[in-house]
Amino acid sequence: MTEVTELTRPEGEALNSKEVLLNLGPQHPSTHGVLRLVLQLDGEFVERVDPHIGYLHRGTEKLAESFTYTQIFPLTDRLDYLCPPSNNLAFAIAVEKLLGIGAPIRAQYIRVMMAELARISGHLLITGALPMDLGAMTALLYVMREREMIMDLLEMITGARMHTSFCRVGGVREDLPDGFFPKIREFCEIFPNRIRDYERLLENNRVFLKRTQGIGVISAEDAIDLGLSGPNLRASAVDWDIRRDEPYEIYDRLDFNVVTRTEGDCYARWRCRVDEMRESIRIIEQCIDQMPEGPFQVDMPTIAFPVDKERVHCSMEALIQHFDLSAYGFSVPKGEVYSAIEAPKGELGFYIISDGSPKPFRMKVRAPSFVNLQAIFGVTNARYLADMIAVLGSLDPVMAEVDK
Amino acid sequence: MSIEPSLNRAPILERFGKTIEDLGTAHGIDVFVAPPETIVEFCRFLKDHSELRFSFLSDICGVDHYPETPRFEAVYHLYSLPNRWRIRIKCRLGDPPEISSVTGVWRTANWHEREAWDMYGIRFLGHPDLRRIYMWEGFEGFPQRKDFPLRGYRDKLNPFGAEGPPPTQPDLATRDIP
Repeated sequence: MTEVTELTRPEGEALNSKEVLLNLGPQHPSTHGVLRLVLQLDGEFVERVDPHIGYLHRGTEKLAESFTYTQIFPLTDRLDYLCPPSNNLAFAIAVEKLLGIGAPIRAQYIRVMMAELARISGHLLITGALPMDLGAMTALLYVMREREMIMDLLEMITGARMHTSFCRVGGVREDLPDGFFPKIREFCEIFPNRIRDYERLLENNRVFLKRTQGIGVISAEDAIDLGLSGPNLRASAVDWDIRRDEPYEIYDRLDFNVVTRTEGDCYARWRCRVDEMRESIRIIEQCIDQMPEGPFQVDMPTIAFPVDKERVHCSMEALIQHFDLSAYGFSVPKGEVYSAIEAPKGELGFYIISDGSPKPFRMKVRAPSFVNLQAIFGVTNARYLADMIAVLGSLDPVMAEVDK
Repeated sequence: MSIEPSLNRAPILERFGKTIEDLGTAHGIDVFVAPPETIVEFCRFLKDHSELRFSFLSDICGVDHYPETPRFEAVYHLYSLPNRWRIRIKCRLGDPPEISSVTGVWRTANWHEREAWDMYGIRFLGHPDLRRIYMWEGFEGFPQRKDFPLRGYRDKLNPFGAEGPPPTQPDLATRDIP
């Protein structure tokens, strides 16, 4: 393939230019949100980078302390808004661990299936957005076409396209709608060919390859030291996937491969995500095939609304419980939990301290994008300004999650 | 490679048994309480130990137990990639909270500690660049402390804020960082 040339300044040829401070952002198309990078430039070389974040800070953690556990689900939607079902799932698992309950098997399959749909939706965006940042506009239009199909599927299940809030503590909100399986099977059939299309579009695109291969290399040691997780870490040859290594929900019943690359450059990070979409499709297909019948919510009237509304209409006890649950939420036993899942961006962890009341005492979100963005320190020394865009795009931070 | 099902705590207790407190396992994670002055040594030991190898720092966060004392807590979540173990280290801190920075052990600690400083005012001694990360420069107070109102304080930018001045001393927020 193409040979990779190291971009270092020629010895003894100091540029006769003053050092320049350049603001990249907060409104720059390649930052995919509101990120401001203060770059110290020497000619075209980036000497130092100082990311300024917080433009989108909403105080999710502070807000959560005044919300009941069910009310927090919509807040988690707004973390990584490309894949809300994963965020919902991470939070639901953490609370369920505190409560000592688990969702019914059917609910777990629905959750995992939706989380994988979300993973594809999140990975699709970077598949198209990274080339777009580097000048290849077409790919983005292609991926948006497929993302629309996922949006339609999510809308069919939840009624919402972006902020689904579909998980509940102890299950999911509703059962799958009629006519859903043919739709998703159709998607699973079409999608692998579309991935092939993206590859044909970009794999031999010389400009794309030149600007990503060998650019922004992060070694395995550096990646661990910088706390990278998810595809960014696996692109640096660290074989770690929480879905396989600490299986949650029903991932231990599913057969999938963990995609790793050895190069650790921008292309490897992009490539990892493209290949992960194939694995996600396999997982979704297995979920559909194995989907058991049964309840989609735990039968605990103090935690989940009864599926059979007749009970509320006929029994005083049930009515009181229903009112209690809607007005005050449910109490969670005293304790602390840290639970992490493999979100599309990496390790998404929720650390919840409960003081026994219906609201968390403290909720900390270990946001993968926040940590991944930090890796920009590890790769940008003495690089061209134009490479910054590739590095930033390949790290794939979602600013809503960075800023929480 | 065989995977131990749970954390092998013998090497930890052997070396640090006198100083750290073992709180057992809570929801699958082993919890230790370490005195703040040993945190760097303890973290480096966990990271470099040939068997434990806690090379991955998941998270650092602050907790405010207002009005209890000790008021603050710094909580570290570590992960051992080869062993698949997780561990939680808690450090109880007084007011004003101060603890040594672990940026020398993991570079990823940098932003986590800046966040804890920004939100709780926990001063990480030896941090190379302890600035606010989410809030703007010149912001007074630490928003995630329990005595900071959810709506913020009323000023010309925030007409719906709560009455009253910020409770923290201004000199603490603006003092030069060591």
